[in-house]
Amino acid sequence: MNVFTEVGRYILFMRYVFKRPERGRVFWSMLVREMNLMGVDSLVVVILIATITGAVTTVQTASQLASDSGILPPSLFPMAIVGSVVGSSSVLELAPTITCLVLAGKIGANIASEIGNMRVSEQIDAYEVMGINSIGFVSLPKILGGIIVIPCLIIISNFLLIFGGLLAAKLTGIMTLDEYVTGLRSSFLPLYAKVLMVKGVVFSFIISSLACFQGYYTQGGALEVGEAGTSAVTKICVLILLFDLIIAKLLL
Amino acid sequence: MIQLVELNKYFEEKHVLKNINASFLPGVANLVIGASGGGKSVMVKTMVGLEKPSSGQVLFEGQDYYNLEYEQQQKLRREIGMLFQGTALFDSLTVEQNVEFPLLMFSNMSKEERQERVNLCLSRVNLVNANKKTPAEISGGMKKRVGIARAIALNIKYLFCDEPNSGLDPLTSRVIDDLLHDITKEFGITTIINSHDMKTVKDIGEHIVFVHQGQKWWEGSKEDLSEAQKSNPELDAFVKASF
Repeated sequence: MNVFTEVGRYILFMRYVFKRPERGRVFWSMLVREMNLMGVDSLVVVILIATITGAVTTVQTASQLASDSGILPPSLFPMAIVGSVVGSSSVLELAPTITCLVLAGKIGANIASEIGNMRVSEQIDAYEVMGINSIGFVSLPKILGGIIVIPCLIIISNFLLIFGGLLAAKLTGIMTLDEYVTGLRSSFLPLYAKVLMVKGVVFSFIISSLACFQGYYTQGGALEVGEAGTSAVTKICVLILLFDLIIAKLLL
Repeated sequence: MIQLVELNKYFEEKHVLKNINASFLPGVANLVIGASGGGKSVMVKTMVGLEKPSSGQVLFEGQDYYNLEYEQQQKLRREIGMLFQGTALFDSLTVEQNVEFPLLMFSNMSKEERQERVNLCLSRVNLVNANKKTPAEISGGMKKRVGIARAIALNIKYLFCDEPNSGLDPLTSRVIDDLLHDITKEFGITTIINSHDMKTVKDIGEHIVFVHQGQKWWEGSKEDLSEAQKSNPELDAFVKASF
């Protein structure tokens, strides 16, 4: 199947996703369930990854500044630059992109496998026979849940990246807290927060919608369900990086 | 009554259903029989709207399903219940939530009324003390019963069953057959059962459609079956092989 056919099928799929749900109360309870599954269950992995990545970025940036690059002597670089680098790279890149790449593996694979399993066990056919718009019924709560929850996880991740850097600065003694905070403040622009949120919403839509699409069109058995999960994660990662570039080019 | 008129279905180059004309009588158990791979499942899936035919018509009381507006199709689908080969129970829901699901989606019943209807349907299929269990915790025969209970939860007109006895022991198969027969008579619904089990045909079949190599080979009542075998070697071979 070529790329154009796949894109066409995805667009047709999305047309059915955004049809009005049959029953509002069933939809809301499913939405809350999905938000809980995506948000609460992903919190631990986001906390760990963000804190560690923030600490690593701080240590590595400080190490690079401290080493003699041959351009300028290390003594000429104020250590506040570390805070500046960690702050801006967290907001612009690490929080949205790294978090979403991790969530692609967790949430994306989970959604694709769940819907794929529903497809091969005829549960989706059962919805259709009952007269339910199966695409909207199984996908809309997941997509909306993703768009609401993933940006929240990204904001949490952003704070933890900065906190991780601060923790590393304090524990290793490579700089003072004042230097770190001064660096953070000096680099921050309000535009960065806008970029963070735009990336968050776009990436969360990519993760949830593509995973639903991939799972919905699974054919075969258990093997194909696994393949749907893998394929969803691969495509999501590539698209996240592609849109990362596009958004950066458009907004910065 | 459900009628198929010159129904054809192709999967790419493969001609799976070949110009099928058949009728399914109201209020009786209609059996679609034939060997595996003969097109029975595709025919049933075409009738319930899961596979669009390449050409031809599927008439429900004279209305072509595939010429109806989307909303009308959805309305008609709510008059259809289906028991899937693998039961297709929603594995994240309990037994009673599975049966309650169509009521929650398409009725305005209160919680108490829904619970009453769920209990009625479950007791009708002789399933007790399993309300809070998940599909993973019950046997194959019990799953089939839950599938039937879910299918009849709404006041349906048509019940489609795809291989209701597959994977069941002979004793449980007979229980399911009896249940389908009783429900058909009790609720006055049109039941279409897709099967290759001749015991089912003998026990509960009333109107029989024999499908062979994608074609309707023979159609008639159970009483006419033995007479038809004499003039129809394919039907005769199938029936004899089944016993």
